[in-house]
Amino acid sequence: MSPRILLESRDLVKRFGGITATDHVTFSLPEGARHALIGPNGAGKTTFINLLSGVLTPTSGEIFLDGANVTHWSARKRAHAGLARTFQINQLFADLTPIETLMLTIAEREGEGSSWWRPVGARTDFVDEAVALLAQLGISDIAHARVGQLAYGKQRLLEIAVALAQKPKVLLLDEPAAGVPEHEREQILDVVAALPKDVALILIEHDMHLVFRFAKSISVLVNGGLFVEGTPDEIANDPRVRQVYLGEEEVHV
Amino acid sequence: MSNITSPSPEAMRARAVLLGRSRWGVAEIIFWILAVACYWLFPTKLSLLSEIAILGLVALSVDLVLGYAGIVTLGQGAFFGIGAYAAGLAAKFGMGTSLWSDPVIGLFIGGGVAAVIGFATSFLVLRGSDMTRLMVTLGVALIVDEVVNQMKWLTGGSDGLQGVLPSAVLGIWEFDLFGRVAFVYSLVVLFVLFVIARALVKSPFGLSLQAIKGNMLRTRAIGMPVNARLVAVYTVAAFYAGVAGALAAQTTQFASPDYVAFHRSADAMLMLVFGGAGHLYGGLLGSIIFRTMQDVLGNITPQYWQFWLGVTLVALVLFVRGGILGLLDNMLAAWRRKGGAS
Ligand SMILES: Nc1ncnc2c1ncn2[C@@H]1O[C@H](COP(=O)(O)OP(=O)(O)OP(=O)(O)O)[C@@H](O)[C@H]1O
Ligand SMILES: [Mg+2]
Repeated sequence: MSPRILLESRDLVKRFGGITATDHVTFSLPEGARHALIGPNGAGKTTFINLLSGVLTPTSGEIFLDGANVTHWSARKRAHAGLARTFQINQLFADLTPIETLMLTIAEREGEGSSWWRPVGARTDFVDEAVALLAQLGISDIAHARVGQLAYGKQRLLEIAVALAQKPKVLLLDEPAAGVPEHEREQILDVVAALPKDVALILIEHDMHLVFRFAKSISVLVNGGLFVEGTPDEIANDPRVRQVYLGEEEVHV
Repeated sequence: MSNITSPSPEAMRARAVLLGRSRWGVAEIIFWILAVACYWLFPTKLSLLSEIAILGLVALSVDLVLGYAGIVTLGQGAFFGIGAYAAGLAAKFGMGTSLWSDPVIGLFIGGGVAAVIGFATSFLVLRGSDMTRLMVTLGVALIVDEVVNQMKWLTGGSDGLQGVLPSAVLGIWEFDLFGRVAFVYSLVVLFVLFVIARALVKSPFGLSLQAIKGNMLRTRAIGMPVNARLVAVYTVAAFYAGVAGALAAQTTQFASPDYVAFHRSADAMLMLVFGGAGHLYGGLLGSIIFRTMQDVLGNITPQYWQFWLGVTLVALVLFVRGGILGLLDNMLAAWRRKGGAS
């Protein structure tokens, strides 16, 4: 039996004025996938994630999440259907603490986000879950600090923690280690590698060492279109991929 | 993993920290004791104090929308006026005897009508930038102002609504000439609504408002129904402003176009910024200072009190972010740092 497809795009197109940022992308992501999405700057990787997650609406084409046509669903509805993402540029709540951020996310997941008569923290099971998540990402020490004052690397880890708190079926990671100092990158990628097996993952990443360590399959996006798809070996040995990256970075395993 | 039934020390600490935030602080308790003590401390200033409580309630309403959810609004004055006229008309047609004249029922009428109109217009503020929100809320306020002035047969037009005769509060306490009942009544209503607002902002709902203010893109990504939350808080805030208006109409036994005037909204926002937005107490402190300054400076320099108010405000905004409470916060933090170092 072939694995269940959790996320799918069919002939997806997104145009910004004259620019075609997503160019007829047909793509599918099976259960438990460890998929890397690579491509040069401006290739349309983030736009593709924005389309999948409902931040942008496509010009044409369709998107399916676990079998349902979600093309016209809001980001909120997709989140409740099991899709989570992180952002290339941190999108956090600067005035809250990490623990509050996670409490909020868990409450929203459990449909308790509008409860107004009990204080945050009354649901001790939520607190325990948030604390465990922070521990899982190795950021227990900053649980009660103001997010806006955290070091950049810690904020990147919190980005991932928020997405995990959603208990997603599909998780889209847009350059989770971008802008993080070398020694902290490892920590973030270890976290990514240790994510639950059944979650289908897409990772966007420019660092080829990390990509080849993580991915079981890779797509290369160029000028908005899917250029090639394959196993890490196939991609590493594809002369066309080398050419795309020529002058940018050597591709090697 | 070793022990699933008992929470870890971190979890215990997190529970304590999170729940600790909704515990009543000493400063808070002192604030309310002082507010009650005013009854005996300033027996000749009770109507001024009632007015401060009412202004504080409007500022609290603005705080819910602006301080917590980050939605700028110049419409709160309109809800205040709507509440005042609704409760005023109810009391007038109740002739001081029927249930329509009951003050507490009047509060619900004033707040309720304001909430309905708040709900209906909330959809206008969901979209757009701060600037469009300012314009839209201001527009609603101007429409209400115009309607009140035009519907002379109902509102008395520019002469105001005469003959507002609320009956005794809970059928027991008649409004007196010295404003004693009015003050106690206003303070109790303010306190009750404050306690509810306090619970609200410290709940998951309140946290979600702060999150919306912080980053709307992320709130949507985690599956939050942002629009529903904004509609809810805008409606609640309209109710609060409406109740404040009802209080004003009942305690002054009058309602005039001045109650819906644009400056009400601006004043309320001024008080909030003055005291510090997003603290609940900011609006209350702001209204105390604003109205006291108006009274004191108004006696010294009747013509120029607004000038001095303006100077103070500009200084506050320039030199301290977050109003008086922001200033206190900074001082407290500096004091703690010093204490920690020694
Ligand atoms: N909101 C927008 N409006 C107009 N053009 C946009 C918008 N978002 C993206 N683009 C354009 O679409 C193209 C793809 O951008 P995108 O951010 O998706 O690339 P990317 O692959 O994520 O790049 P990077 O590796 O630098 O993150 C670029 O040419 C970009 O300028
Ligand atoms: Mg990108």
